[in-house]
Amino acid sequence: MKLLKLVPDNTNIPFLKVRVVTFIVSILIMAASIGAVLTQGLNFGVDFIGGQMIQATISDVEQAPVEEIRTKVNSLGYGEPTIQRFGEPNQISIRMKLPEGAEDEPELANEMATSIVNKLKEDYPNTVIDGVDSVSGKVSSELFSTGVTALLAAMFAIALYIWVRFEWQFGVGALFALMHDVVLTFGLFAVTQLEFNLNIIAALLTIIGYSLNDTIVVYDRIRENLKKYRKMDMPALLDLSVNETLARTVMTSITILVPLVILMIFGPKVIFGFAAAMAFGVLIGTYSSVYMAAPILIWLKVGPDSFIPVDDGKSQEDKMKEGYGAVV
Amino acid sequence: MTDFPRWRVIMLYAILIFGVVMAIPSLLPEETRAKIPSFFPQETINLGLDLAGGSHILLEADPSQVAAVRLEAMEDSVRSAMKRADVDIERVSRNDGNLSFTVPNSSKVDAAREAILPITANAFGGRDWDFQVNDGNRIILEPTDASIDNSIQQAMETAKDVIDRRINELGTLEPNIILQGENRIVVQVPGLDDPEALKALIGKTAKLEFKLVDENADPDLTAQGKARVGSQVLPYPTNPSGVPFMAVRRIGGISGDNLTSASQSFDQETNQPVVSITFNSEGGQKFARMTQQNTGKLFAIILDKQIISAPVINEPILGGASQISGNFSIETANELAITLRSGALPVDLKIVEERSVGPDLGAESIRLGSIAAMIGTVSVLVFMVITYGRFGIYANGALIINVLLILGVMALFNATLTLPGIAGFVLTVGAAVDANVLINERIREERRRGRKIIQAIEVGYKEASRAIYDANITNVIAAVLLFAFGSGPVRGFAIVLMIGIVTSVFTAVVITRMWVTGWIKRNRPQELVI
Repeated sequence: MKLLKLVPDNTNIPFLKVRVVTFIVSILIMAASIGAVLTQGLNFGVDFIGGQMIQATISDVEQAPVEEIRTKVNSLGYGEPTIQRFGEPNQISIRMKLPEGAEDEPELANEMATSIVNKLKEDYPNTVIDGVDSVSGKVSSELFSTGVTALLAAMFAIALYIWVRFEWQFGVGALFALMHDVVLTFGLFAVTQLEFNLNIIAALLTIIGYSLNDTIVVYDRIRENLKKYRKMDMPALLDLSVNETLARTVMTSITILVPLVILMIFGPKVIFGFAAAMAFGVLIGTYSSVYMAAPILIWLKVGPDSFIPVDDGKSQEDKMKEGYGAVV
Repeated sequence: MTDFPRWRVIMLYAILIFGVVMAIPSLLPEETRAKIPSFFPQETINLGLDLAGGSHILLEADPSQVAAVRLEAMEDSVRSAMKRADVDIERVSRNDGNLSFTVPNSSKVDAAREAILPITANAFGGRDWDFQVNDGNRIILEPTDASIDNSIQQAMETAKDVIDRRINELGTLEPNIILQGENRIVVQVPGLDDPEALKALIGKTAKLEFKLVDENADPDLTAQGKARVGSQVLPYPTNPSGVPFMAVRRIGGISGDNLTSASQSFDQETNQPVVSITFNSEGGQKFARMTQQNTGKLFAIILDKQIISAPVINEPILGGASQISGNFSIETANELAITLRSGALPVDLKIVEERSVGPDLGAESIRLGSIAAMIGTVSVLVFMVITYGRFGIYANGALIINVLLILGVMALFNATLTLPGIAGFVLTVGAAVDANVLINERIREERRRGRKIIQAIEVGYKEASRAIYDANITNVIAAVLLFAFGSGPVRGFAIVLMIGIVTSVFTAVVITRMWVTGWIKRNRPQELVI
């Protein structure tokens, strides 16, 4: 039987030849992402900014009349609603700020939800309420800060682990690659204005995990080759390592991407954003392992000596001057 | 390579069978599940609220309120202790969490100290309150930090029990009530997508008090919300006189803590819905005494610091049974009866987060999610076989077992599957084969370099394992942090991820290796198609 080989044997693609260009481009895209987040902002869900979200399906129409509903909800006097379609075209989510004083009087939030729901049911009798979320400002700011803490803690804990298992340069490289992935994903959410909620934090942490899979596989091979080919110069050695692991990289990216894309297409529409974030993350995670994580090792002066006991080359005299205190 | 002892093979299969057996109940439809013989495991995976539909309510108590209530109670104890010890006190004040008062007669300070000692000690011989004497005759009581923490904890536990009782009154719901942090309670009720009734029940403190109406109060002052010494003005929204306030006497009332039953019934004369209550013997005696001494006067029935009615005491009520009238409908009377039966909440609870999910959305999510998960899995299976042949089949066997193991372990721990959890599941399927991809690619590589079959496989597993373990440990780190900081559905996702990582390393590395070893031993292949 002839088996499928996506990547031919013994490839020798000079990936890192363009490392300076790709690195600059990556930095620019990161800057653009940050810019997008700052200028456009993220479309935060009630999880993170507090407020009320009512999800409803208007079952007897093709398309939910968003503008009409906006006017109607607005006329109730609770302020301007944010109305979006989610999932099917006749499914909408209505987001409201919590009314003044609702922090102390949960009744007020209740009243608002009830009157919006009643209004919907009155004007569109076949409305099914899919869910009501109401999050107070206090809880939402807690959710936000724990979410950010989780992200940062995960990144640094992982970098620390890699430092312990490899060398500090590898830890820095991995951390940088992770930052690249996270920043770009934030950028994606700023540009698309997909709702950014608690689930997306989960997606981000997973992206971190799997982007790291790739980075570790490449790093593991670099470490192995550094011990094996002690005379090879760094760029060539990195290229060799990336090429040797290329078949695996392609294969794994596909096996992860295929289920995710299927989830995006056939899965419940409510997790479209979630699946999209992860698919995006897998793609850029693969890229960053090659073009962010690897070249940094060159610039941080990783060499064949990184994995054997270091003789720093300083003479005995120099060490004495620096106060090593050796007795001659 | 060929050293794969029999005991190890048996152990691995035992683990596999156990996991698969555990997974079975979760895969069966409800009706079939009911017919499972009892010796078979019954545990199933819980569906999260986002899948099953239901309500999630996060309640928060204000710890300073617990402290304030406690201070108030201390004041009462001090007053009665001083009365018993025949010590006059004045200038009683509650300030900054302390209780202080003056004993004008300096010779009685020691007697006051004696009287305070027993009421400020705790059951373990320690002190719940520190006390000191300033300027010779001003006594200051300050609660210890430990006792404050303790009383908050107790209040929260009582509150949890009270909520549990109240929800149980609603019938067949299976609520999940947990304390969170030091002052929060999470209430989750699967299957209940309209939580209005639930919120009405748990939102009420339901502290019932009976106090005498201050019939000599100045109506003008009362209307302004001002009370004279010894009285207090409480809101009375349904006051027939139209003034939404009424003045009541501070002392001489009793509290409604000592009820043995409460139920909705009808007033025999007016046929209005009322709540019938019965006191226990202690409460009954107090109630009898109060009604005996005040026949012909008005008394106020106060619920949560709001007057609900103020009837006349026509005659002494001696049997300990009474009824609460008010502007009730049958529903509100019933609600009040439930809250009174289940006891008062020791502290006010505010709803700080509320989520409800309708049943349809969840069912649709499960259906679509399962379809996507199945298509995803099948395409990965096909892909693996056309790429790695026999080794792909081994990897697929491992993957299928992995899926069953994840379900089995989740059922074993009664873990909750949420919508992001389904996504985590799909992702795990994709990622689980990564280990086999790494191994198989390495074997290919070693073969290209001219290694013999057995050697190539051995080196392949050994060299690939290093990266597999490093990668999975970092993933566990991410998942643990996700669990630690996440909440609700996100935690469910982290659980699936963690279980998936452990089982996938087990199946992808250990199990496939066992199969490959067995195959090599049996067939001694001369050629390796990979």
